[in-house]
Amino acid sequence: MAALGSPLRTLRGLLRELRHASERSGRSYRDTPAYRHIIAAFRAHRVTSEKLCRAQQELHFQAATYLCLLRSVREHAALHREYHGKGERSPEEVAGLVGFRLPQQPGGKG
Amino acid sequence: PPERKRFYQNVSISQGEGGFEINLDHRKLKTPQAKLFTVPSEALAIAVATEWDSQKDTIKFYTMHLTTLCNTALDNPTQRNKMQLIRAAVKFLETDTVCYRVEEPAALAELQKNEWDPVVAWAEKRYNVAIGSSTSILGPNIPARTKETFVSHLASYNMWALQGIEYVITQLKSLILSMGLIDRHITVEKAVLLSRLEEEYQIQRWGNVEWAHDYDLCELRARAAAGTLFVHLCSESSTVKHKLLQD
Repeated sequence: MAALGSPLRTLRGLLRELRHASERSGRSYRDTPAYRHIIAAFRAHRVTSEKLCRAQQELHFQAATYLCLLRSVREHAALHREYHGKGERSPEEVAGLVGFRLPQQPGGKG
Repeated sequence: PPERKRFYQNVSISQGEGGFEINLDHRKLKTPQAKLFTVPSEALAIAVATEWDSQKDTIKFYTMHLTTLCNTALDNPTQRNKMQLIRAAVKFLETDTVCYRVEEPAALAELQKNEWDPVVAWAEKRYNVAIGSSTSILGPNIPARTKETFVSHLASYNMWALQGIEYVITQLKSLILSMGLIDRHITVEKAVLLSRLEEEYQIQRWGNVEWAHDYDLCELRARAAAGTLFVHLCSESSTVKHKLLQD
């Protein structure tokens, strides 16, 4: 079985990710089907102690995999916004990069 | 093309005849080929719903890996049958990342030996097959019996799970690492690290470039995690009886 660490840590990480995911909707992350499902699963299998049976280990692996998915998607989206999402600069911005300003031409371009 | 704006307020799931459906306000989600979007597992439906509910102002389809996997399973756009999928998956063994070794630089060869030998050994023991590794440009010579063993094993998975397995193999470029994930022998983070071993080696030597390296790392982790979760949720015994999964 994979080295998964503490189930409690995985659960906390999952809840944190769910909170991030719910930010936009304004609803509490506790209102979501995902939250209810995860809490119910952890409670049903009591996956919070350190010693786990096989079914508990399978659930923990699934939880850790889902945590990895949520976290990686969020991090990837953040990197995308940071480095790949900005589009082109306007002519004013480009001029500004080298210390120029575009001329004002009251009659428009000739 | 401009991104699609989030056009729905509420996302919910409901149970229909064929399985679980996703509702965006009052509209039922459909696949790209306009079929009704139905999934065999409630947990999977919840995770898909979460993807849709996580979208902010615009819908970023490239972040919705589980939705994409479900669409592929429902539409089967490449029109492959079960045996074709299995053969495509097993074919990867011939160029499996963890079997394909370099001779130089010595440090990388050593790293490959230390990191990849254990997982190859695990697969050989778990499946009772000979795999080995090779520095030849032609790659390892995989015995026919080994391939047939994997073909048999993969045949025990249903069509949905197989789509997921083939997806993970394509992403990680390794059948062995994918089986390591499916069999819960290694975590997604570890599988991705092993898949990207040479990149990691170069990064340690030459430095990390966040906008390229971390970007690729996060994307591969997301895809491998989605694929693995998809396989597990589609092959749980409680869902195997479901109509949708019968081939």
